[in-house]
Amino acid sequence: MRIQVNGTARDVEVDPDTPLLWVLRDVLNMTGTKFGCGAALCGACTVMVDGVAVRSCITEVGSIGSGAVTTIEKLGDTKTGQALQKAWLDVDVVQCGYCQSGQLMQAAALLEVNAQPDDAAIDDAMAGNICRCGTYPRVRAAIKQAAADLKGRR
Amino acid sequence: MTANATKVRRTARWAAPVLATVAVAALGTYVAEAQQARSNNLMTPGVQRAVAATGLAPVESFSSIQNTAERSIALFLEASKVVEHPRCINCHPVTRRPTQGDDMHAHVPPITSEAATHAAGVPCGSCHGQSNRPTGSAGIQSIPGAPHWGLAPQSMGWQTLTSGQICEQLKDPKRNGNRSLEQIRVHMSEDHLVAWAWHPGQGRTPAPGTQEQFGSLIAAWIATGAHCPK
Amino acid sequence: MSATFETTRRAVLAFGAAAAGELLIGFTGKGIVAQAQTPAARDAILQSGTFIRIDRRGQIFLVVPYAEMGQGALAAVAMLVAEELEVSPYAIKTEMAPGDDKLYGHPLLGDQITGGSLGVRGAWKQMRQAGAAARIVLIQAAAQGWSVDPSTCHAQDGYIIHAASGRRAPYGDLVERARALPVPQDPPIRDGNFKVIGKSMRRTDAAEKVNGSALYGIDVRMPGLKYAALMLSPVLGGKLVDVDPAPAMAIRGVSQVVKHPEAIAVVASNTGAARKGLAALSPRWAGGNTTLRTADLVADLDSGTKVAGLVATTGGDSAAAMAKAAKVHQMDFRMPMLAHAAMEPLNCTVHYRQNACEIWVGSQGPGRARKQVAAALGLPEDAVTVHNHHIGGGFGRRLQSEWIVLAAEIGSKVQGPVQICWGREQDFRHDAFRYHNHSAVKVGVDDKGKPVSFEHRVVGPSIMSWFLPAYVRDGVDLDVVNGASGSYEWPNHRVEYVRKDPPAGLLAGNWRGVGETRNCFVVETVVDELAYQAGQDPVQYRRALLKPGSRILHVLDRVAEASKWGSPLPRGSGRGVSVLEGFGSYMAVVAEVELPGSNSLRLKRITAVVDCGQPVNPNIVRQQIEGGLIYGISAALYGRVTIHNGQIQQTNFHDHPVLRMNEMPDMEVIVIDSKEAPGGVGEPGTAVLAPAITNAIKAAGGPRLYSLPIDLTVESRA
Repeated sequence: MRIQVNGTARDVEVDPDTPLLWVLRDVLNMTGTKFGCGAALCGACTVMVDGVAVRSCITEVGSIGSGAVTTIEKLGDTKTGQALQKAWLDVDVVQCGYCQSGQLMQAAALLEVNAQPDDAAIDDAMAGNICRCGTYPRVRAAIKQAAADLKGRR
Repeated sequence: MTANATKVRRTARWAAPVLATVAVAALGTYVAEAQQARSNNLMTPGVQRAVAATGLAPVESFSSIQNTAERSIALFLEASKVVEHPRCINCHPVTRRPTQGDDMHAHVPPITSEAATHAAGVPCGSCHGQSNRPTGSAGIQSIPGAPHWGLAPQSMGWQTLTSGQICEQLKDPKRNGNRSLEQIRVHMSEDHLVAWAWHPGQGRTPAPGTQEQFGSLIAAWIATGAHCPK
Repeated sequence: MSATFETTRRAVLAFGAAAAGELLIGFTGKGIVAQAQTPAARDAILQSGTFIRIDRRGQIFLVVPYAEMGQGALAAVAMLVAEELEVSPYAIKTEMAPGDDKLYGHPLLGDQITGGSLGVRGAWKQMRQAGAAARIVLIQAAAQGWSVDPSTCHAQDGYIIHAASGRRAPYGDLVERARALPVPQDPPIRDGNFKVIGKSMRRTDAAEKVNGSALYGIDVRMPGLKYAALMLSPVLGGKLVDVDPAPAMAIRGVSQVVKHPEAIAVVASNTGAARKGLAALSPRWAGGNTTLRTADLVADLDSGTKVAGLVATTGGDSAAAMAKAAKVHQMDFRMPMLAHAAMEPLNCTVHYRQNACEIWVGSQGPGRARKQVAAALGLPEDAVTVHNHHIGGGFGRRLQSEWIVLAAEIGSKVQGPVQICWGREQDFRHDAFRYHNHSAVKVGVDDKGKPVSFEHRVVGPSIMSWFLPAYVRDGVDLDVVNGASGSYEWPNHRVEYVRKDPPAGLLAGNWRGVGETRNCFVVETVVDELAYQAGQDPVQYRRALLKPGSRILHVLDRVAEASKWGSPLPRGSGRGVSVLEGFGSYMAVVAEVELPGSNSLRLKRITAVVDCGQPVNPNIVRQQIEGGLIYGISAALYGRVTIHNGQIQQTNFHDHPVLRMNEMPDMEVIVIDSKEAPGGVGEPGTAVLAPAITNAIKAAGGPRLYSLPIDLTVESRA
């Protein structure tokens, strides 16, 4: 089976119903995408498929088709991703860091469709991403900073 | 539940010791606990009837009702065991926040109508695919899915409505997607997303009867003048 | 835990020349390691708890004995070393120490344990002295080379400088000469006027955590690695009777089904196939505690509140004062069982060879894990290696090692390396839970409502009796009673302890905030209710009971000011206050809540003030306090694990909710600028939080809550 990951075609020998998460982590050794709940409840496994946030833990690899998968490993290749990563560092968001790949990918998906999200829009987009270290206030601040940064550069 | 409540929890009793609810919860399995815990005002009499239904009565069984209008109403009420079943009504919210389960608790994670229009960056497709997805867990056994998975438009919000109100809304082209009654019948009998209600995946009870029986009831309801209950 | 950790086991600096011409600075618990002029002596040093290593290129490596689970240990320890070594903390490459209690034991706790908010307190002197020792020998080496007096040289930004002549040498150039020099055993360190300490610097581990490159235990990859999915008996303590492996073996990629007396593991070429294989099995389990129910555990602890306990602390004559009190208030408290629910599910990678076992894991106690694995597999301790990694949330769960032992036993049945991953359901159902805790409090007050006698009967498990037996004295678990009378100046008081351990098969353990978490809820609820009964303002009432000039009083005053305590709020809203002295730190919190409906609650704002002494990195302190408070909010609103017929009923985040972004209140954390010795910051936020919310609910017109969790619908931020 062939999938497109971070701009590269990858051939993987797995059943088509294998969740994308495990293909990324265990077959392609791209471990930045994290396993949290296995049931789309926590958002730790979020990646983008054609720019849309997808929970990879319940997405069959066979359902991706020719969709372009983007993971945390290549988030920094986009302007939005760079701005988010910089804001994450400036605000010093991370603690244990385990959920942050998913938080960043979800935030990037949000900024794709809403360049200047207000608090309510951030709540709507980010409520699916659980953080147990309690980085929520800083995630919120960092998204706003990244949005302002991107606006300034336009 | 208030409109913007994001977690439906136990019906709280002010000052009642938590122990009481713990003790009650401990009597059931965790599924039972969830059902017990989350009774709320979305569980209208119509929904309760739908949840309790074990099947659908055939169209012929209504032929003894002489008055056509009364027969039409009875046919609709039978069909509403599907319409108001949680497998259908959970994604017809008035508040724009979908619900889950036979107890219609708030969707986890919290979702707003914005999701349906992709505006929040978490479209339904972030989690719901073309088919049901098993998780291999005893808690949530599968994530439901079907082509075009999504929330019904605001105009088709059914939650908290009576069976009669839902019936009137179904007939109103302004609120039913500008559909004729014949188009409603086709939708109900043949649409694949409607069909999902009878194949909802592991861990979910299907809507009563079959889609074919449901389609026949809708057809008979239309043929008898599509009268609505009060 | 903090108040009881008074003993210190002073580590002694060791030193030496080392392999590959590196400068090594280390410690042992026993004494000085001989100067290393021979290979044997060099090996001894290498095995002696090396902390700082500087190679000839000048690269500085720091082996950190503490686990990094988000609390900023790597950054804080690097800052402490950098302070004395005169380099940027970012110039130091940190490595996680492997499991070894002898080499990497905590200066205060003995074993290699990261817990009790004791990381910085353990490292505070030790790591600065290590940095100072390295600096001193580098200066001596430079001075020798230049034939000048060492006192005329100084270190700056990775160079030794002789200012008079303008000569400078990078550290790397000095390593060869420095290796041969004696290392000072108790070097002086700066006392104030810090260059690095006290600065809000970005965490050194931030960059790798925003691009997915940070390695957690679950990210370990190596050639030939297999992946296993694990299932334990649904009934606690149940044993595997049998399972037909065929349905799993039929799944593509599955290579083996391992049967363990207490578990099944399906081994495959990827975790997805392993999980699918596991789901296909129909194992038969038997035994275990099939009648275990939450209601019975609650009743058992209730019974404990009605019997006399062991006296933990006492002052004055509480009984006599109680008898003479104008009025006696009695309050009973119930606190539920709690899960840790860290984001990274338990996982462990094992490579078993005939006479050795190598483990890759994220552990808060890797030294103990090593010992326990060695014992379980019948190997000498030296044959077991435990590599530690970033931990995706610890919160106390990973202080215990029973799960690492299980993984090792399963791994010993697998050819080659295998990564064993718990599903979320297994992680919830086989947690080492914070056990039920109950309390009974009696307070006698005079005719003005001022307390004259305080009696607190603490009913709960004794975790310390097996976790750290030194913290049990005369049968009293010093953790579970810690903070049981708060910071208040009771004229007469008595704290009793009634031990109630969980039944067989139910594993209990440490949970963020430990004893203080359960006791702060009790004491701060009691004091708040006394204020109401006396018709007094809760802040003013507390002020009168706190020692004038004390640090706890200061943070209370600061939080009252910052939260605009006393300013009018709309009807249906209220503020609640809570204070905590613990972990060597002082905290006060005000919560503001709104009760929009009779059954619902909205969190509006949390204001917190912390005095943790000298903050090493105020930004990390603020992170930890924010995180601790939010962890506490989740527990106060949602935390409850229940058991029915021996089965834990919660399996994932749908039936065990935690706080999400949309429910997050506004939050302000104020860190007091202090020069006192550093206190812990990982746990106080969690410990102090719950009563601030329940007291606010009371102030908003709601009920007085004596049980957790708070049983109200939680609404989104307005």
